Amino acid sequence: MAAAAAMTAAVVVGVLPGPQGSAVAQEARQGGTLSIILQPEPVTLTPSTNMAQPTQVVAGNIFDGLVTYDFELKPKPALAERWEVAPDGLTITFHLRGGVKWHDGQPFSAADVKWSLENVWKTIHPRNKSLFENVTQVDTPDDATVILRLSKPSLPILSVLNGVGAPILPKHLYEGTDVLNNPYNNKPVGTGPFVFKEWKRGEYVKLTRNPDYWEAGKPHLDRLLFRMIPDAAARAAAIEKGEIQYAPYNPVPFRDAERLAKLPRLKVDTRGYEWLSPLLYLDFNVENQHLKDVRVRRAIAHAIDRAALAKIVWFGYAKPAISPVPSSLVTFHNAKLPQYPFDVKKAEALLDEAGFKRDANGVRFTLTHDFLPYGDDYRRTGEFLKQALKRVGIEVTIRSQDSAAFIKRVYVDRDFDFAISYNNAFPDPQIGVVRAFWSGWLGTGTPWTNGSGYRNAKADALIQEAGVEGDPAKRIAQFNEFQDIVLGDVPSLPLLELNFFSVYSADLEGIVEQGDQVYSSLKNARFVDAPKGN
Amino acid sequence: MLTYLRRSAAQVVFVLLGIALINFFLLHLAPGDAAQVLAGESGAATPEYMEALRRQFGLDQPLYVQFLRYLGNLVTFDLGYSFRQSLPVSELILQRLPATLLLMGTAIGFALVAGCALGFLAARRAGKLTDTVISIVALLFYATPVFWVGIMLIVVFSVMLDWLPVGGMTSVEANLSGLALVGDVALHLVLPAVTLGLFYLAIYARLMRAAMLEVYGQDFVRTARAKGVRPRRIAWRHVLRNALLPIVTTLGVQLGSILGGAVLVETVFSWPGLGRLAFAALFQRDLNLLLGILFCSSVVVVLVNIAVDLVYTLLDPRIELN
Repeated sequence: MAAAAAMTAAVVVGVLPGPQGSAVAQEARQGGTLSIILQPEPVTLTPSTNMAQPTQVVAGNIFDGLVTYDFELKPKPALAERWEVAPDGLTITFHLRGGVKWHDGQPFSAADVKWSLENVWKTIHPRNKSLFENVTQVDTPDDATVILRLSKPSLPILSVLNGVGAPILPKHLYEGTDVLNNPYNNKPVGTGPFVFKEWKRGEYVKLTRNPDYWEAGKPHLDRLLFRMIPDAAARAAAIEKGEIQYAPYNPVPFRDAERLAKLPRLKVDTRGYEWLSPLLYLDFNVENQHLKDVRVRRAIAHAIDRAALAKIVWFGYAKPAISPVPSSLVTFHNAKLPQYPFDVKKAEALLDEAGFKRDANGVRFTLTHDFLPYGDDYRRTGEFLKQALKRVGIEVTIRSQDSAAFIKRVYVDRDFDFAISYNNAFPDPQIGVVRAFWSGWLGTGTPWTNGSGYRNAKADALIQEAGVEGDPAKRIAQFNEFQDIVLGDVPSLPLLELNFFSVYSADLEGIVEQGDQVYSSLKNARFVDAPKGN
Repeated sequence: MLTYLRRSAAQVVFVLLGIALINFFLLHLAPGDAAQVLAGESGAATPEYMEALRRQFGLDQPLYVQFLRYLGNLVTFDLGYSFRQSLPVSELILQRLPATLLLMGTAIGFALVAGCALGFLAARRAGKLTDTVISIVALLFYATPVFWVGIMLIVVFSVMLDWLPVGGMTSVEANLSGLALVGDVALHLVLPAVTLGLFYLAIYARLMRAAMLEVYGQDFVRTARAKGVRPRRIAWRHVLRNALLPIVTTLGVQLGSILGGAVLVETVFSWPGLGRLAFAALFQRDLNLLLGILFCSSVVVVLVNIAVDLVYTLLDPRIELN
């Protein structure tokens, strides 16, 4: 498993940072300010109700979770020192770290965890609700023990327990208030290594070192300064000049990344995103008169050269996806599945068989394509698809819109033919994968759910069974069958497993230490010699 | 004069109400709402979560109720609340106002002075080398996209020469105060103000040149020349003053758009101005905020228009207010 994870892990340009690198002549030093790109501006700084990337990137430094995740996505102790899952999966016990304080000096205790579970994770948290809904009771026999009692098992819980996945809010500041409107959402109080100082809208968010942090000697840095730089070229310039020393989440276009990676002062690193496992996919509207025929969907799958897409459009920061469950979810990913190798002849044969012959102009039919309006990479992916489908006689019109209009079109009005989008799978398919296939979402108009309009009773049943299955081996079997079905029907075609990248200054160490790094804290980060401009 | 102002005031109220009405319904035509945007950004949602957001934002109310609430707020000089940012709209606008005024004021001031001077020079040397050079340079800056000029200035003066910061308004990490802070802001201001100023400058230079050449052809200039008035005095006293009217008109238009900021320049230089705020509000369907900014902008436009009318009468006594 370790070998497989290492294989999927990373394209690292330059020398790997890490403890072994610091043994050289340079002396690691305490203190300093780390300037970080934050883009776009967050809506709030508390991860309880908003799971957008900028909120989580900041909040991961302010809020500790019960655990963090290593590169193999195994939970590691954080606020929970250890935990046990009963063999029947119906009891989960967490033993909490003692002596931890909130940033306002109040002691952290089991009551905070209980309150957060009952008032945030189970109710308004957009991703966790279904995972925690079978938790019927939370016992706190003492300040350092939390016992979850479940009516049915829910193993995916163990995959979302970091600071942003299951955010623990200070009960003494939130109890009895409207969580969505609590003023502390924008001046957060956590237990993490950095303390919120100031948020100047349109400019920066400033965090300072938590002197009372529970892990002795951490964090190393004095200040984190998250700066909003809306223009990609200006971001590249600020990174190149050294005004910014850490820039996560594809801060610059791929072309700039290639250029920056060649500079000796900078590193480009794709590790630290393992917990997210982003997957680019293509949703077919299965109610479309052409796309309702599975042969047409399979033909389109055969017509797309995913390796070329990864190389040309995504500059190699992606690899072809063969399953909706990305290969980084090692235990769940099934490589022995119905495959759609790039094969134009087969695609043509399938389209002929479906009865859509080429007309005098060589066109079988026309489709409109909506791409996810998250930037040029997605638009270019759409252009790539247009060319690929033209080869097999399908004419494609590309339509663009902003994200509010895209969401309404695809998930509410269902007024589209095929669309590209991406989802984070997270370590368990239950969290980020099955939502694209479960028919229960249809008609609710909820973003990033079942966009294709797919209904399959067997797939639905498997999704629901795996959700409450307590035996890990059985769940693997259930997800294998699930993958088999949905890849056969192919309502949604997995295109690429995306590799997001971070750019950071070569004089930093400890900046990527774990599989959920981008959403976790920078408590291990430090400069190994004097940073520029400080 | 007083009657003019009184009549204008009455018109202003109607114009502003009309603008509020049009803005409100026009913006609500945009597909998708703020809850969908938030849920979209989150990458996951549940119907319960969406419903909670809509309730929080007041989007669960019928449109006419939302409009009446909005009007009620306006009448009491309340611009409403941005639920997305969890702050009152007026506070959000006031936060960004100093940066916007500083950037726009500097850029327009620089453009006005330098542009008029260049236009004046070009008109006096019409057809000669000075005129050709000035005209070409003005055309170049007018035709080059502002964001490209901005990026090039960053590449040259920030990255290559390392004279000026890449963007932002202050060096936050340095914790400056007092005079050092003023100097720091001034350093940050140079590139965005010059970028924006060069574009405006081109407009003023071309306008000034054309207006002066037109006035040069008029009878009273010929008379002055025949009288033996020296060319410099003719240029200053007779031509320049009469050529200022179109400049004042253009200045009025630009001052009117001052609150809108300059989206492109603010974006390229990470300048925390109102333009970026409005631009983001549009994509985020933060309609309360966007309506607030649009409303304030329309107030400024209306007021500047009145001011421009008054300035006309000062510059040219033949113009009357009626």
